[in-house]
Amino acid sequence: MTPFFLELIDLDVAYPPRKVIRDLTLRMSHAGIGCLLGPSGCGKTTLLRAIAGFEPLRRGSIRLEGIELSRPDWTLPPEQRRIGLMFQDLALFPHLSVADNIAFGLRDWKTGERRARVVELLKLIELEEYARRYPHQLSGGQQQRVALARALAPRPRLLLLDEPFSNLDVTLREGLAREVRTILLREGTSGLLVSHDQFEAFAFADEIGVLHQGRLLQWDSAYNLYHRPADRFVADFIGQGVLLPGRLGGEGRVSTELGEIGGMPADGGCVAGEQVEVLVRPDDVVHDDDSPLLAEVVERAFRGAEFLYTLKLPSGARLLCLAPSHHNHALGQRIGIRLDIDHLVMFRRGGG
Amino acid sequence: MVGVAVLLALPVLTVFVTALQPVGAVWRHLVDTVLSDYLANSLLLMLGVGVGTLLVGVPAAWLTGVCEFPGRRLFEWALLLPMAIPAYIIAYTYTGLLDFAGPLQTTLREIFGWTRHDYWFPEVRSLPGAIAMLTLVLYPYVYLLARAAFLEQSAAVLEVSRSLGAGPWRRFLGVALPLARPSLIAGVSLVQMEALADYGTVQYFGVGTFTTGIFRVWFGMNDATAAAQLATLLLLFVFALLVMERLSRRQARFHHTTARQHRPPRVPLRGKRGGLAVLACLIPLLLGFVIPAGILAVWAARTAPRVVDERFLHLTANSLLLAAGAAGLILLLALLLGYGQRLRPRPLVRLAVRGAGLGYAVPGTVIAIGVMLPFAAIDRSVDGWARAWFGVSTGLLLSGTLIALLFAYCARFLPVALHSVEAGLTRIRPSMDDAARALGATPRAVLWRVHTPILRGSLLTALLLVFVDVLKELPATLILRPFNFNTLAVRTYELASDERLADSASFALAIVLAGVGPVILLSRAIGRGRTGQ
Repeated sequence: MTPFFLELIDLDVAYPPRKVIRDLTLRMSHAGIGCLLGPSGCGKTTLLRAIAGFEPLRRGSIRLEGIELSRPDWTLPPEQRRIGLMFQDLALFPHLSVADNIAFGLRDWKTGERRARVVELLKLIELEEYARRYPHQLSGGQQQRVALARALAPRPRLLLLDEPFSNLDVTLREGLAREVRTILLREGTSGLLVSHDQFEAFAFADEIGVLHQGRLLQWDSAYNLYHRPADRFVADFIGQGVLLPGRLGGEGRVSTELGEIGGMPADGGCVAGEQVEVLVRPDDVVHDDDSPLLAEVVERAFRGAEFLYTLKLPSGARLLCLAPSHHNHALGQRIGIRLDIDHLVMFRRGGG
Repeated sequence: MVGVAVLLALPVLTVFVTALQPVGAVWRHLVDTVLSDYLANSLLLMLGVGVGTLLVGVPAAWLTGVCEFPGRRLFEWALLLPMAIPAYIIAYTYTGLLDFAGPLQTTLREIFGWTRHDYWFPEVRSLPGAIAMLTLVLYPYVYLLARAAFLEQSAAVLEVSRSLGAGPWRRFLGVALPLARPSLIAGVSLVQMEALADYGTVQYFGVGTFTTGIFRVWFGMNDATAAAQLATLLLLFVFALLVMERLSRRQARFHHTTARQHRPPRVPLRGKRGGLAVLACLIPLLLGFVIPAGILAVWAARTAPRVVDERFLHLTANSLLLAAGAAGLILLLALLLGYGQRLRPRPLVRLAVRGAGLGYAVPGTVIAIGVMLPFAAIDRSVDGWARAWFGVSTGLLLSGTLIALLFAYCARFLPVALHSVEAGLTRIRPSMDDAARALGATPRAVLWRVHTPILRGSLLTALLLVFVDVLKELPATLILRPFNFNTLAVRTYELASDERLADSASFALAIVLAGVGPVILLSRAIGRGRTGQ
């Protein structure tokens, strides 16, 4: 059996008396770039710190490349793990120049190699002429890149990133996430990002885990998280959408207020005859003037290329609809809609 | 690490344990006679100095921190100068200036032709006199903390109150002062601890307080138990203050997150108001530093040719070496404890560090007997053991040596250094440690490669503060110094006690001059600190 790249098995991490991480299991099968996504307070930073070796485990085991790093009675010290860390506040050493910051982790290297490595990284982050500057003389984005170079310098086996983009402008965030991703790929370093921003996660990671209340709900590609959410929370947290009540019939078709809904059935563990809820994304609802199905516009948000309408069905249920922005409808107007659902995602009603 | 902390808490524990012995005749005698006086005097001293330092320190802090008036830049740091003068020295100078035979009363008598009973003149050597002396040299604590609090107050808060129509007085009384309250309480608690710990001033002024009482019982009545019992009573007061100080510091604590926002423009004070501001700053500076230092200089100029000889130089070198050695040792310990606490913030470690941090609150007198008792006991048992087995007497190994003295200094002044170290460390975000660890640095390497260089400034400050504190320390040195070992402070005290005030001036001046350096350094650090890190 080839060992997994990163394995977190049955983890419990606690700040007594509160368990922050519960029964968490995650297996990254191969080196790559991943992300732990979740709302604030979901335990994602704690998990990251446990992987880095700063938090002891209550239960479970952490392995990297098949070798155990943490178990309840023993934690390999962070400095021996060869796991890099990049912080939200960057934590650049204010008393060291850019070059010395990058060289900090290269203490045991030969002088020549160390110098070469620093130059290489300065080139990688395109700050060659800033080598002798001090952190406070750099702009925010430059500091970010120095922090990245510093973390990458000792060639860590895995780089952990703790919301490093979150105090940047939203417009810069995705760009920088993609830039860091490119640098990681070029360096051949695996990365694990912690974030509460799904777009940052989408831009950065190949695989994303959704964390909620200390549990890992789903570890999957961005596409699957959106289209095949395994959990009601994931469905709600990733993207937008509403859950429309219905009743599951035979052949995986659901009868709802909007008629029968079919499509590629995703396995929700529901059986025929059960009361269910179907996930309807805004892009599943198509505005169609010819459709006999009518819904009232109760809210509208102009998004430039499109409108996001909130619609009210006769039963009072709400629906989101994405329409091209030339379809300009006033509040209170009743517009025709049609469902175009590709993946059928449903959950047992009232269930978890 | 816990061991070091426990060792440093040993003096206080010893005093407590000794005090638990049944009360003896001396104690009963004390209760019948002077104890109520000690209690009343100590309380009045504490209250008086607390009120006095607030009245002097807070306006000065507000004026130099927030307003603009002629000389503001000078006052900003010069107001700290009185810190350089130990209370007992300022007491000697004002006694020399103001008592019956002093130049002031003599001049008055000459001008008006008065004789002894024709006029009333305040008696310096009294409780109010002691309050005044201590206020003059201790107000900088309140000034410093209040000023820091005023400067750290968010500009936004003051601007909001301004936009809501609050004038400068209401901004001061209604917003700035309440916001600064934790810092003010902390400052006053510190000042009151110092006042309770004072020995030199109250002894010279003949005001019976706990510290003079402890001396009397220890040396005059030779009763260790009663001395320890008095010391315990004193400690109760001190700990009450300490709790108050800690609680208010906790309230005042905040984390530096981002660089401070802009500072609001200073309020210009012109004309009469500017004059009043100048007076409010000039008077404490004159009374607290310029006049006493001037008197010392005049006296020293008169007596130096006679006093400054080889022995004087030897004594000075002794004092400086001792202070430097103690300061270095203490700083090292502080770094060890402060960092250990950061590394393992477990309750036991925290408690141990807190325990070690009590020393500064503990008056030198108490520390001294707390060191003397166990060291003497050890000496006695080692001596007895050696005599029994080898037939030789080892004599005094610990007590009456420099080791005892250094130990007492550590126990007493460690908190000064620890405070600087801790304050510096809290300003280094924990992510800095984690980043260094993740880059392969062991905890020890983090201390040397990250913290020490970043903290260089605060470490230097701590070193100097302790150096000066040791240099001017009086009661513990008096009790613990080795036979025939003298320091500047002790010599000043001896000469002053012999009514040779003018002769003591050279020694006193040396202490004051040594103390001025760190004060200036401190004030420069304050100036720099304002630009932020």
